[in-house]
Amino acid sequence: MAVATERKDPGPAAAGVRRGGAPPGPRRPAPGPAGRARLNGAAPYLLLLPALAATALLLGWPLVKNGLLSFQNLNMRQLIQHLTEWNGVDNYREALTSEDFWRVTLRSVIFTAVNVVLIMLLGTLIGLLLARLGSKMRLLLSIGLVLTWAMPTVAATTVFQWLFATRFGVVNWVLDALGWHSMAHYNWTGGQFSTFFVITVLIVWGSIPFVAINLYAATTTIPGELYEAAALDGAGGWKSFTSVTFPFLKPFLLATTFLEVIWVFKAFTQVFAINEGGPDRLTETLPVYAFIEGVGNQHYGMGAAISLLTIAVLLALTSYYLRIVLRQEEDEL
Amino acid sequence: MKRSPLARLWPNATAVVLFLGFVFPVYWMFTTALKPTSDIISEDPVWFPTGVTLEHFQKAVDADNFWTLVGNSLTVTLSAVGLSLLIALLASFALARMRFQGRRGFLLTFMIAQMAPWEVLVIAIYMLVRDGDMLNSLLPLTLFYMVMVLPFTILTLRAYVAAIPKELEESAMVDGCTRPQAFIRVIFPLLAPGLMATSLFGFITAWNEFPLVLILNKDPGAQTLPLWLSSFQTAFGDDWGATMAAASLFAIPILLLFLFLQRKAVGGLTSGAVKG
Repeated sequence: MAVATERKDPGPAAAGVRRGGAPPGPRRPAPGPAGRARLNGAAPYLLLLPALAATALLLGWPLVKNGLLSFQNLNMRQLIQHLTEWNGVDNYREALTSEDFWRVTLRSVIFTAVNVVLIMLLGTLIGLLLARLGSKMRLLLSIGLVLTWAMPTVAATTVFQWLFATRFGVVNWVLDALGWHSMAHYNWTGGQFSTFFVITVLIVWGSIPFVAINLYAATTTIPGELYEAAALDGAGGWKSFTSVTFPFLKPFLLATTFLEVIWVFKAFTQVFAINEGGPDRLTETLPVYAFIEGVGNQHYGMGAAISLLTIAVLLALTSYYLRIVLRQEEDEL
Repeated sequence: MKRSPLARLWPNATAVVLFLGFVFPVYWMFTTALKPTSDIISEDPVWFPTGVTLEHFQKAVDADNFWTLVGNSLTVTLSAVGLSLLIALLASFALARMRFQGRRGFLLTFMIAQMAPWEVLVIAIYMLVRDGDMLNSLLPLTLFYMVMVLPFTILTLRAYVAAIPKELEESAMVDGCTRPQAFIRVIFPLLAPGLMATSLFGFITAWNEFPLVLILNKDPGAQTLPLWLSSFQTAFGDDWGATMAAASLFAIPILLLFLFLQRKAVGGLTSGAVKG
């Protein structure tokens, strides 16, 4: 979602995605005169109209426009003179045959995989830890998680730049103090891997609270009888985890992984604000690449094509989960 | 089965370390903002400030356009959240309480809209807004932010409405209320936690939004705080006191909102995420 950022973008959008269909209310007030009945029949559509109109106008239209732009040769000159020059699939051909595009795509996929694995692994472990703690320690850790969750993305990005600052940065001081003296004045945004390292720490730090707090909440809904039954069957700690906790949490973990894949893959603010895709464009992920090609280098048509390809890659990455959701929806019909 | 003190020590020790790890960046932001400059540019970090100064905050507040941008951010965020709540209330009521042709399809539409790749649509949005001659205006931002948070708001509110027993409305209607009256008097108050949860989420999303305003509003007077903070950092790069003061000013509204709404809203969000 929206939810960058939000991440954060942090956006606990799970609620909407995960809800199955609650039984719809079949009842209506007693049928009145004919006009009233007709109005009642139209009522749900009238109630939905503003939401649908807004979504179609402000989301659907940009999507269509993006599609149209992607088949145009639209650069600074055409933009200023309001020229429309169709060039068929040239943009796509150029993107798909350029080494850059594939390098960025591969980089984006690896970046997403590394971040999501770290977020899910650490988030799950911390969520399970929350479930094991006494109430005071749980409150303490929850406060830390909620404060992190509430940190706005741009503010967090700025703070991380300060933590990793070349001079007077805490991270370099700690590394130096630990005996790694070559790191005393290390420039983190000077190299591809070190920049990605900072971005990854930032994203993982900011994303864990959503997973951990939700996972803890999920564990509280596991019926205690399941554990008693497992204990009667002689299950130890690990066994009761694999036979009770994990199966119970599986749908939740699947949904959360799906959301995190979307959020991390689309992450723009963190990647862009840390170093604007630099050094030497080496940390551009697909959304940043589309932005820099399209807006920065003023190849708007090309940028639109790349952004559609980005959506295609995202759909491919999430297709497994989407299939499950769509199948469930059909089952409920 | 009783655990030995040693077995209890490990989780607790881990919890403390994790707490410190999570909180440290937030702590470092606030303390840097309040430290005298001599503490900030010290070869060894000053973990606990030796004194408190507000000069960094003063510098941030005195920076160009600060108050204009606070006004812009508040206007855009609050109107986007308010509008989306209004529209979502209508839609969620229909989806939760009525049976009609295509209901499932509408639900699916909003679920898909929730995944919308706004970050990569900025070029198309830029073209549309430019063609409508609305660059450097707050109106397009407000409308786009509203639609960004709309699907989440609809789906979450729908779940909250569905969880309220229908009998409550029915008995109000037996007592002579019309259906809209029953909704306003009976359902609306019970929706408070859902409204808080969704407005918190909406507020965070809109307050944070960066790529869209970056491309749409180049005019410094028409920007919002995320852009201000990002350019502030570039301009004041070495002045970490001022930069951290700026970051704190930007973060404080969200942190306060979270603290106030946390119990109800986060509980609401998590319960929404858990129920299958």
